[in-house]
Amino acid sequence: MAETTTFTNATQILEPFRGVKKVTLEEYFTSGHRTCQGCESALVMKLMVKASGPRTIVLGSTGCMYVANTTYYTTPWVVPWMHTQLGSSGSAALGTAAGLKALMRKGKMKSEPINVIAFCGDGGGADMGLGAISATLTHKEYNSLILLYDNESYANTDIQLSGMTPYGAHTTFSPPGRAKRIIHTRWKKNMAGMMAAGHPECRYVATVCASYAVEMMNKVRRALTIGGPTFIHSLDPCPKGWDYDPMLSHELGELAIETGLFPLYEVEDGVVKYYGKTRAIVEGRARKPVREYLLKQGRFAHFTEEDLEYFQKKVDETWEKWEIPAVIPFRRLDATRAALDTK
Amino acid sequence: MAVATKATPAATDDKELLISGSEAVAEALVLADLDVVTAYPIRPYDTVMQAIAKKIANGELVAEYIVAEGEHSQFEIVKHASTVGARVFCGSSGVGWMYAMECLVVTPPLRVPMVALVGNRALDDPGAFGVEHNDALVVRDVGWLLCWIDTSQEALDTTLIAYRVAEDRRVFLPLAISADGAFLTHSQALTMVPPKEKVDRFLPRYDRGDLLLHPDNPITVAPQANEDWVIEIRRQNNEAMKRAYTVIEEAYADFRRVFGRGPENPWFEEYMTDDAEIILVGMGTISLPIKVAIREMRAKGKKVGLVRLRWFRPFPTDRLVAALSKARALGIIDRDYSFGSPFGSGVVANEIRAALYNAERRPPLLSFICGLGGREVTLEDVYKATDMCYGAAKSGKSDATTHWLGVRE
Ligand SMILES: Cc1ncc(C[n+]2csc(CCOP(=O)(O)OP(=O)(O)O)c2C)c(N)n1
Ligand code: SF4
Ligand SMILES: [Mg+2]
Repeated sequence: MAETTTFTNATQILEPFRGVKKVTLEEYFTSGHRTCQGCESALVMKLMVKASGPRTIVLGSTGCMYVANTTYYTTPWVVPWMHTQLGSSGSAALGTAAGLKALMRKGKMKSEPINVIAFCGDGGGADMGLGAISATLTHKEYNSLILLYDNESYANTDIQLSGMTPYGAHTTFSPPGRAKRIIHTRWKKNMAGMMAAGHPECRYVATVCASYAVEMMNKVRRALTIGGPTFIHSLDPCPKGWDYDPMLSHELGELAIETGLFPLYEVEDGVVKYYGKTRAIVEGRARKPVREYLLKQGRFAHFTEEDLEYFQKKVDETWEKWEIPAVIPFRRLDATRAALDTK
Repeated sequence: MAVATKATPAATDDKELLISGSEAVAEALVLADLDVVTAYPIRPYDTVMQAIAKKIANGELVAEYIVAEGEHSQFEIVKHASTVGARVFCGSSGVGWMYAMECLVVTPPLRVPMVALVGNRALDDPGAFGVEHNDALVVRDVGWLLCWIDTSQEALDTTLIAYRVAEDRRVFLPLAISADGAFLTHSQALTMVPPKEKVDRFLPRYDRGDLLLHPDNPITVAPQANEDWVIEIRRQNNEAMKRAYTVIEEAYADFRRVFGRGPENPWFEEYMTDDAEIILVGMGTISLPIKVAIREMRAKGKKVGLVRLRWFRPFPTDRLVAALSKARALGIIDRDYSFGSPFGSGVVANEIRAALYNAERRPPLLSFICGLGGREVTLEDVYKATDMCYGAAKSGKSDATTHWLGVRE
């Protein structure tokens, strides 16, 4: 009989940290980086490898977390690290995992579970690299985690809008002007929902925010333990791109969740589970008005009352009209409509 | 690193198969115990991936076989697999190769010794499947080793040599094997396939050494170097390319010892050049019509020879100059174009002009462009080129034009 099942490497079993005091002390992303003060993405890098531990290979696509993080001779990475092209986080994860698997399977390398994590920015991941990430999430026999750190712009190249930049934000490619107040009129992609809905054999997709560090690390650990290709979307306040006082990074992360703009959830084997304040919203707690979040940031300083209302209405829709609130935007036909249609 | 090998008698334990150039490459990949291969469809190179897929399905080769979602990923996946120590293979044609370009240009500085097959194809638009060499030639400046093959046997042998050369730590650069679309990728010929034991004596395991990306060797690869270091890194690539001259010579010598076949001169094939007044130069399967034409012309008393270039990077400057400068005139036939270049010539002609610049003796040189888009190169084309070369030999002068052969005017 010909072989039909595929061989998959074992994964590391990374139990969740039960509280902040149980988190390991070792750091695998240390001094040497040159990110801005208050950069949440740098914190995400640190927490990500703290969660994964030392037997990890990290691949990073072009962007702030490459350029500002790996100046020759001052690398902060304690674990092996390699750059990948801007749109290639998916391919980097897949190629690294495939190389390890081939060598271990053929006895050319000691067999052991090695975590493979590829990170990308919103530009590299949700715009340019979307196809490659999507492909990787269909290769179920290769274990890897793709982590998208979303600072909502092409930050490294001077803050240009990406497909993940919020509606109306002022970026260097979307400056407000006398004739046009709003240049960027597109609504942000629903990246985690898209990845979860579109890749039936990807077993784990989650959203995280470093304002909730233990939860974030545990989601990384879960993704690496469950195996196959997995995906995490992290929302990262960026003081330079969002134009706010660096000391507000954590607070803005919290507000993004409390306003319902960015939901915290995971989809494991198709089951949606909400986390933290997002769960509270699902269970009935009132969302904070988005203006509390938007008006703390210079990139929305040109917003009029009308813009704020439009923004609020769009966020409301994700909660009130989506089949799975804030996760999947489909709506069922309502019963009376359906009855009419079949007549 | 020189690999110790014993002299082997003529290859009696080889098996003989009737296979195409692409299939011959696949045979070599099995023998090389390939670890990771990525595929994406584009004609004509994709026949090699069809052949590999079949070998994997039949259990002849154990490798990770990944069908990518585009050439950019196809090349990026093997790039990363190579950095963790896997022997990898990839390939493309025409615009597919161009689509991967970002990933191609980073492999030399990363010192990724991958081997790729380029099934040469016109860069359509306009739609064209036929051969042109412009696809592979675009990597000529960035640190890829680059060679052209002519037969199925050469396809198999060169693939084994390719891994040996690319993975030699003195070189550690990517290598592209160019095969003319259709004329070689799809044409079958009897090919000797050696046994694995012999290949193991010739080709050592791929060893990334201190460049291995692994938790036991926690390096940072491709950091931001900027003006502080980039020029030194480019210089290292240049030195590696220079060292490839010796490594290629050694590899071919060793190949002959182990397998009992293969050329004395790795760099180019010389056909009837000993007494040649006119030497024509070309790359790839264009050699066939040229050789036939040469035999016809010699029957009529014209002393014509052919130099078929195998290696384009590194460029065999000294040996080529020695071989060419004895002729009375040279005719360089490019199956590529370089619009706006000096004299509007093709890439090969201008490389040879440059190589000859310091030569003691510089024969008149005529430049021809022929066979673009896979158009057949006819005997008439070759006769015409040869006659013009005789004219130049008589006048002792090169001309400043590039002659397009077999084209509607
Ligand atoms: C193919 C390619 N196009 C453009 C660039 C220029 N570039 C470098 S970093 C960068 C920004 C990437 O944005 P994102 O992925 O969001 O990461 P961030 O800089 O925001 O951290 C761009 C566009 C590049 N490196 N490669
Ligand atoms: S621009 Fe933003 S993402 Fe980039 S280093 Fe600064 S704070 Fe971090
Ligand atoms: Mg970004």
